[in-house]
Amino acid sequence: MSELFYDAAPNATRVAPAREPERRYPDKPAEVSLFGTCVVDLFFPEAGLDAIRLLEQQGIQVHFPQQQSCCGQPAWTSGYREEARAVALAQLDLLDDGRPVVVPSGSCAGMFRHHYQELFAEEPDNLRRAEELAERTFELTEFLLKVCKVQLVDRGEKHKIALHTSCTARREMNTHLHARELLAQLDNVERIDHDHESECCGFGGTFSVRMPDISGAMVLDKTTALRGSGAAEAISADCGCLMNINGALEKQQQAFRGRHLASFLWERCGERQPGGEQ
Amino acid sequence: MNQRIPVTELASDFKGRAREALADSQLRSNFRTAMDSLMRKRADAFSDEDEREGLRELGNHIRARSLSNLPDLLEQLETRLTANGIKVHWAETVEEANEIVHGLIEAHDGRQVVKGKSMVSEEMEMNDYLADRDIECLESDMGEYIVQLDNEKPSHIIMPAIHKNARQVSALFNEKLGEHVSEDVDELIQTGRRILRRKFLEADVGVSGVNFAIAETGTLLLVENEGNGRMSTTSPPVHIAVTGIEKVVSNLRDVVPLVSLLTRSALGQPITTYVNLISGPRKPDELDGPEEVHLVLLDNGRTGAFADAQMRQTLNCIRCGACMNHCPVYTRVGGHTYGEVYPGPIGKIVTPHMVGLDKVPDHPSASSLCGACGEVCPVKIPIPELLQRLRQENVQAPGHEPVSVKGAGSKYSRKELLMWRAWVMLNTRPAFYKLFLWGATRFRALAPKKAGPWTENHSAPVPAARSLHDLARDHLKNSSIRRERL
Repeated sequence: MSELFYDAAPNATRVAPAREPERRYPDKPAEVSLFGTCVVDLFFPEAGLDAIRLLEQQGIQVHFPQQQSCCGQPAWTSGYREEARAVALAQLDLLDDGRPVVVPSGSCAGMFRHHYQELFAEEPDNLRRAEELAERTFELTEFLLKVCKVQLVDRGEKHKIALHTSCTARREMNTHLHARELLAQLDNVERIDHDHESECCGFGGTFSVRMPDISGAMVLDKTTALRGSGAAEAISADCGCLMNINGALEKQQQAFRGRHLASFLWERCGERQPGGEQ
Repeated sequence: MNQRIPVTELASDFKGRAREALADSQLRSNFRTAMDSLMRKRADAFSDEDEREGLRELGNHIRARSLSNLPDLLEQLETRLTANGIKVHWAETVEEANEIVHGLIEAHDGRQVVKGKSMVSEEMEMNDYLADRDIECLESDMGEYIVQLDNEKPSHIIMPAIHKNARQVSALFNEKLGEHVSEDVDELIQTGRRILRRKFLEADVGVSGVNFAIAETGTLLLVENEGNGRMSTTSPPVHIAVTGIEKVVSNLRDVVPLVSLLTRSALGQPITTYVNLISGPRKPDELDGPEEVHLVLLDNGRTGAFADAQMRQTLNCIRCGACMNHCPVYTRVGGHTYGEVYPGPIGKIVTPHMVGLDKVPDHPSASSLCGACGEVCPVKIPIPELLQRLRQENVQAPGHEPVSVKGAGSKYSRKELLMWRAWVMLNTRPAFYKLFLWGATRFRALAPKKAGPWTENHSAPVPAARSLHDLARDHLKNSSIRRERL
């Protein structure tokens, strides 16, 4: 950058947050809690179970706190701050045991990592707990890649897939990079770019029901791009997007579908463990 | 006499206009093509990611620092401009601004005004105001000229006629100018230039906007590519500049990175063809330039945004349009759908302070919060965060104090509030939640085939036969890892 540009900097009175420093990752822990997310819980439970299996394959003991529900994101993005705070507080209490938390969804992980601190900004004790939770929250692909440092062994046939990454996962958690790196470890899987790959699928939580016309145009473009990519299926690490994309494909009476990355990885790399129930 | 012809009738609400736009395949394709090209140009102009991020951060610092000194800088600006011979006028509302401009034109018996591109003059609806008073105000920016000719409003803050393709412009010229013009872009531009050239020479008053007002030197900076800005500000005997109070910066050093951010973010240009630095009227020994220069500084709700630490960030905006170029919603519905002067993501966050949230109730919701806008903003306005803030303001119950955004609470609905409270009960009481899971999985076959607006685009969601709560409990009971450790 030209020297001239830096001339103005010393006078600056407010420094904007710089790009987030690269996250430092801990060693692989012995135990983690899985926060399943409400969408996975009810609509994609297999993806949650496959996430547990992948973590166990890494020799990690997985806990699933049975009192968990939703991270609070729907109310938060809809402008209902108090309601979001109430639900967030319940999860904060529940996940207060210091164990790393793994989330098979970038946008819910982003809620823990970034937005709980906004929700509890005025409450010092809860804010401290929220900061502490943020520190030990990991999105699943990030955890497998950066903490477990997995080396996946692909046992599947040759296969072409397209990768869709949720916008919050991409921008708050870098999930697109982590997912690409994981998929690149699979010898027989070819990841194919699709048209306007980084563009939103149109879900946006309540946006999809408040603005069905615009959201519908967006998901139609996304499904068309995915189908036109030459891939046999779409893979995503976020079930909000998958619910949107698969629901639209079903309505369009298309056979093409999206699948959660955890299920895809488990299918190709899953390993029966001696004595283990799989 | 009112010579205005009503603009093309659009639906009266955002959702209706969005539906119309989405059904217009020509419009959709015009926007998609243009926005794709603009995104590529910006990406090429910022090929070095570290340089880009450093510059964005610097841009944010400069704007934040300028705003933190806003009252002092405005005072300094007035002093220096006055010393340079530029007369400064203050307007709290668009009505006041129009009265000032009209008064100045009247004082010179002006009948013809030629205008360079100015979004603040669009805020003022200056053309209509002057037309109602028998003063012709002709747009001289090619895009603005095209939309004015078609009795439309700009659909983009940088490229006002981006919703039209060459064929449509050619048809418009043939119809309105009675000239046969082909669809060749060069020929279209030549035609426009020929007509405008005459107008520049005849005009009594020239009006322009301002990109940056520099306090230390009393200078108005104006970037443009067509030369119409320079013609509008130098050819007529009187030049009236109009701008918002937030456009002031300390000194010339500040504008170097800001101009670079602006031109690269907007059109992918390293710099515009013309960069005008206006420091006063014609001096006695000079041969050209206007005899008088005026600056009208408009508030129009900006001080309301300034008073709120979070919403103040909306005033960082340098009007590059990158947020709309990258917005998946804007790309699909176009600028006219927003129904206001400033469309797209930036429009959603600056408009409420100007007109009140109750006049644009659907704007904050018309976003998937994908974050593309915030990612490209050259001065790092956290647009998604501000949209979410506006959503919060918009569902405030009546009587909520303090009112920090004009017209807040326009989407308050008791029914929706109660729904969210029920959602809180469900998600904070594990027994309720488990009962809900049990019911939803047990009676999944009874899931309704229609689920409100969701089933317009999707098949109805059917819950799984067993929840993750159930599957995980059973699985973990038998897990080998657990057994080993226990």
